[in-house]
Amino acid sequence: MRSGVAPYLQIVGQVRQALLLGLLVEGDKLPTVKEVVAKVAINPNTVSKAYRELEHLGLAAAKPGVGTFITRSLGQASLAEHGPLQDELRAWLTKARAAGLTGPGIEAMFQSTYRESTEEEK
Amino acid sequence: MSAILRAQALGKRYGRREALTDCTLEIPPGHVVGLVGPNGAGKTTLMKIACGMLAPTTGRIEVVGEQPVAGPAQLARVGYVAQDTPTYPNLSVADHLKIGAKLNRRWDGNLAQARVDQLELDPKQKAGKLSGGQRAQLALTVAVAKRPELLILDEPVASLDPLARRSFLRHLMESVAENATSVILSSHLVSDLERVCDYLIVLVSSRVQLAGETEELLAQHYRILCTRRKETDLPPGLEVIVADHSDRQSTFFVRSQIGPPPTGDWSAERLSLEDLVLTYMERATDPVRRSTTHPTEDAR
Repeated sequence: MRSGVAPYLQIVGQVRQALLLGLLVEGDKLPTVKEVVAKVAINPNTVSKAYRELEHLGLAAAKPGVGTFITRSLGQASLAEHGPLQDELRAWLTKARAAGLTGPGIEAMFQSTYRESTEEEK
Repeated sequence: MSAILRAQALGKRYGRREALTDCTLEIPPGHVVGLVGPNGAGKTTLMKIACGMLAPTTGRIEVVGEQPVAGPAQLARVGYVAQDTPTYPNLSVADHLKIGAKLNRRWDGNLAQARVDQLELDPKQKAGKLSGGQRAQLALTVAVAKRPELLILDEPVASLDPLARRSFLRHLMESVAENATSVILSSHLVSDLERVCDYLIVLVSSRVQLAGETEELLAQHYRILCTRRKETDLPPGLEVIVADHSDRQSTFFVRSQIGPPPTGDWSAERLSLEDLVLTYMERATDPVRRSTTHPTEDAR
């Protein structure tokens, strides 16, 4: 659990990540709320809320009495196919370290630049 | 939907000592409520009043819509597990289930048996010979098999090791998911509650300091870091809970009525649940700080 991010959004983020990595694909059944909470000891409302959010995002759909299913794959442009981008990032990280930045500094710079650029796009 | 617990100006006194003061709460059903506070804050008193084992000195309380112990029907709808999850040491696991079945009109024998099987408890084992974790699970089993609408648990995991704690909370969450039970759970450790609670009550020095849905509370509170300044120089709409000043820097823990604080020459970040709880505990237990955080003080 990370602080500062609502727990249900953390679950949504994890499912999205699994979709991006191709670990989850269209038609996969998500575990039931009871199965999730019995495994990881979190509040059932948190899981239900995350599933509703996934439905809202069009990533999953609930079939009453059967379960919640993934309705869309995000894996087409999987991260692995973006090798060149990753190479550029690696090169940039080397430069950042050479300039004396450490992990937290790099993270802070990425976060603030990312935020600025998404705000500009709006 | 009516409240699972409604308290109005509830109070309990022992001679001159106030164990609970002016407690007003309205907890909607369907939540797992974390009741947090230091030892001696009044958590046990509130829970005992809620399940009818203590009569309040002042005020009113309704639990599942009626006064505690209004009659056998009300009693059947509330489950209570006292501190340290007591069981009868000389009775076996099977005896506990037998007594549960005799004493509870809504007893679910299949559920109780299934849980004992799942936990791999030996039915012939005396409860006194069980490990702390097993004993807690047995107490929870008895309380859950009663099929209550509200389950009140006083420090259920305090004496358990981390593994037994996690296992206890897994089973508790499973039964919440299955039976849509509301739960009130006390602890003096926030880390126990962070994963499982979606409603928070902070109780310090016999008074409720904060109560509400965890997610809402977390969305309202921020830590503001800035160059040293008076709190009156902060933008309006921010209530300062605790202020901390060093030579050059000021840190304000604020409750915002206006959503995220506006951007300015400060950094604002959200609090973790633990920071949130500690902020309110600090305010309640440190009167010096409390007076410095009072808005009118700086103006004088």
